Amino acid sequence: MRRLAYALPLLLFAALAGYFAVALLSGRNPHELPSALLDKPAPAFDLPSLSGDGRMSGSALAGQVVVVNFFASWCAPCRVEHPLLLRLARQEKVHLVGIAYKDRPADSRRFLAELGDPYSAIGIDRDGRTGIDFGLYGVPETYVIDRAGHIRKRFVGPLSAAAVDRELLPLLRALARP
Amino acid sequence: MIIELGHFALALALCLALVQSVVPLAGAARRNLGWMQVGQTTAVAQFALVALSFAALTHAYVTSDFSVVNVVQNSHSAKPMLYKVSGVWGNHEGSMVLWVLILALCGAAVATFGSNLPRELRARVLAVQGMVAAGFLAFILLTSNPFLRVFPAPADGDGLNPVLQDPGLAFHPPFLYLGYVGSSVAFAFAVAALIEGRVDAAWARWVRPWALLSWCALTVGVALGSWWAYYTLGWGGWWFWDPVENASLLPWLSGTALIHSAIVVERRDTLKSWTILLALITFSLALIGTFLVRSGVLSSVHSFAVDPERGIFILALLLVAIGGSLTLYAVRAPALQGGGLFAPISREGALVFNNLMLATATVTVLLGTLYPLFLDAVGGAKISVGPPFFNRTFVPLMLPVLVAMAVGPLLAWKRGDLLAAVQRLWVAFAVAAAVALGGLYIAGGGPVLAILGLSLAAWIAVGVLMEWAERVRLFRLPPRETWRRAVGLPRSAYGMSVAHFGVAVMVAGIAASAFEQERIETMRPGDVLPLAGYDLVLRDVQRIPGPNYIADTAIVEVRRGGAVVAEMRPQRRLFTVQRTTTAVTAIRSGLGADLYLALGEGDAQSGWTLRAYHKPLVSWIWLGALVMALGGVVSLSDRRWQVGVASRTRPAALPAAAE
Amino acid sequence: MKRLLLLLLLLLLPAGPAFTVTPDERLADPALEARARAISRELRCVVCQNESVDESNAALARDVRLLLRERLVAGDSDAAAIGFLVARYGDFVLLRPPLRPETWVLWYGPFVLLVLAAGGTWVALRRRAQADGPPPLSAEERARIDRILREDEG
Repeated sequence: MRRLAYALPLLLFAALAGYFAVALLSGRNPHELPSALLDKPAPAFDLPSLSGDGRMSGSALAGQVVVVNFFASWCAPCRVEHPLLLRLARQEKVHLVGIAYKDRPADSRRFLAELGDPYSAIGIDRDGRTGIDFGLYGVPETYVIDRAGHIRKRFVGPLSAAAVDRELLPLLRALARP
Repeated sequence: MIIELGHFALALALCLALVQSVVPLAGAARRNLGWMQVGQTTAVAQFALVALSFAALTHAYVTSDFSVVNVVQNSHSAKPMLYKVSGVWGNHEGSMVLWVLILALCGAAVATFGSNLPRELRARVLAVQGMVAAGFLAFILLTSNPFLRVFPAPADGDGLNPVLQDPGLAFHPPFLYLGYVGSSVAFAFAVAALIEGRVDAAWARWVRPWALLSWCALTVGVALGSWWAYYTLGWGGWWFWDPVENASLLPWLSGTALIHSAIVVERRDTLKSWTILLALITFSLALIGTFLVRSGVLSSVHSFAVDPERGIFILALLLVAIGGSLTLYAVRAPALQGGGLFAPISREGALVFNNLMLATATVTVLLGTLYPLFLDAVGGAKISVGPPFFNRTFVPLMLPVLVAMAVGPLLAWKRGDLLAAVQRLWVAFAVAAAVALGGLYIAGGGPVLAILGLSLAAWIAVGVLMEWAERVRLFRLPPRETWRRAVGLPRSAYGMSVAHFGVAVMVAGIAASAFEQERIETMRPGDVLPLAGYDLVLRDVQRIPGPNYIADTAIVEVRRGGAVVAEMRPQRRLFTVQRTTTAVTAIRSGLGADLYLALGEGDAQSGWTLRAYHKPLVSWIWLGALVMALGGVVSLSDRRWQVGVASRTRPAALPAAAE
Repeated sequence: MKRLLLLLLLLLLPAGPAFTVTPDERLADPALEARARAISRELRCVVCQNESVDESNAALARDVRLLLRERLVAGDSDAAAIGFLVARYGDFVLLRPPLRPETWVLWYGPFVLLVLAAGGTWVALRRRAQADGPPPLSAEERARIDRILREDEG
């Protein structure tokens, strides 16, 4: 019994080292936050439309599989992912909706005029509240919402070709099945 | 050329370290004098080589040699010279070279000044030092080499993070590393003792100066870091329970337990396995801290650039060093014979209590720091553990320690009289009660914890004085007799008194932070901001260029009772290369309180945001830490401890029982 | 007992110093503003490294501060306002980890450890005192000592 007590520090360290190894080798990013809204209903939103007429609301998207992309003209990584978004919209025929986060409408329009507009609708989130409702903590972020209106996946940071091909498109195909 | 020399020197040092790890150890086992003495030669040579290597790297920074990758990433020709030099250790690779430099210095010191150690013990200690050095040298050469070249050399560097261009920050890492690495000596002594299978009072006397030295350095290092955060970060916070801050606090807590525990081993030849374990754990915590900071496993303001490969290497180092030493402990420690008995109420009992509380506090901080990691690793939710957790767990644990601090030194060894000790402290109790009641009255009933803290500080401070008065029989013997006793008291007794007094000062400073006052206002030139009896008048905001920045400088007049007492100039600096802004605070420090000003955003049209704080007793926090470290130094200067370091007289006999 | 613990916990609530907030964020009602500051100190800025929403200069932190004040003005209780943010960002946003089965080790661990360690130390010291003490006298030895002592006295 006494000998066991002396081995206790070693055993505790072994457990500690095990956790360290798991943390290190799993490649998890300590800065990345998983979405708190996974498999929960997407927040309702009702935003003015960038195209000037009317509004863009979440309720209008009900019953379809939608990809919501938060972007801004001042966001450099958004430029990097933009070609992928164009590909998604034009070639893969993904229903892509954009939300301009804390951006001046004139700047957002200029951004899209320069790089192309992949969105079927764009909402203006001037004060960032809709972003907070989604649990956003940076741009760009992309959300996949299913027919029932639940958030199924969140991509943090610019989309990569690998993420699109290996995760986004398969998920969309799975959700598209009746 | 010089860089290549530095690189080569480091590689040679690694070879020497490997030799040092094996040969003296074998020599001690075989009682071969020649092999044992190899350890001394290699230790000194290793230090010379690593010093050469460090000098080469420093030379590259000083001359802005941008053909070296490390210099390009972390320096810039426009940087002031002091920061070019401190830039050497302001990055991951360079800081590791500083680490091994101090490690080699400690090894050389043991080799040179340890002539009074038994040969086998010294050989084993140097061998363990060599192993640690070899591990870190390999780490540098294989994963974090600062001597890599880039071709073609860019015209200029990427500049240092402007937040790191600061005098306080220049000294913070060296002191910290001295503390971390210094604890490796105690670690080496502990491992050597376990290998030998013997821990006795003499061993404790040899270990204590090293443990004390590293503890002093760590105290100063942590305090410097806290002070730096205070005057840099713009709102006067000085401790955030950030993972990397905790990583420096953990070895300090365990190191404090170690220096106290070693007293018991030395005086009463007991608590041996506990002290050995503490020596192992203190350095282990320093290693774990290194892992946390440099592996990217945790997110923190302080983290160096992340690289999982480095993390894996350090983890391997941890497994060998900590796993190996703890295995040795599990196997050998049961054989260590316990020595003297003691009653629960006794000086030993008080020190055991101190150890228990400090150990629990250490585990608490470790648990809080690592828990998000644990939970994430087992697939649980992602949570945060912040100041609210630590304030609710760490603080209540330390309160009993603070109470006991005044009582413990008054208890006799082996069997103490608690009632008599407490009775002798009646003055301290009266003063503490007066502070508590007075504080509650003045502050109108709260905040209770802060007033309790001030009361405890008084308890400890007066208790220290009472204990000294008891020893010299103040007012009970004629003054000349008292004086004779006072002069004759061993320095370690004064060291203890000074260090404990420093704790009281620091606790008072921490407690008083609850009484700070804050004003944040948008101001235009001519506006007046009243704060804590002062009137702050914004005279003007000017744009002033600096060596590598442009600063918006607010000129604030501080008035009291109508008369101008001071002028303070908080700034907002825009660094031209990095295009980042940092706020430079203006602080008027006084023993009673600090006036703390920070300039926020703004412009001429809409006005400027000024944040003004009145922080009573805040400088006592760092003064207290300095006094604590001073106490440690006083204790170190006690001739009797120099048995383990240098000897001018023959080795001292065990100290007199009057202690 | 529960009330005592609650009282103890309330006593231990630190009265921390106030931190940064820009003047234009401040609410007119000082009581609400005080609540907002207290809650902000308990919320983590998710884009910063270990800062509270109250301390941080980040844009998102400012948005959260404003949002918090809006909700308090709208009449939310402290718990409801915090819950609003937790629903969106998860428990990660709480600087004080919630007390749940998966955090029991975190919250109760220190106390349990202290009790175990203290108990273990007590037992170990006791055992050593008994083991290392001189062996008790046998009846014969005791008789001999009594005889010797009596002789001395006589």
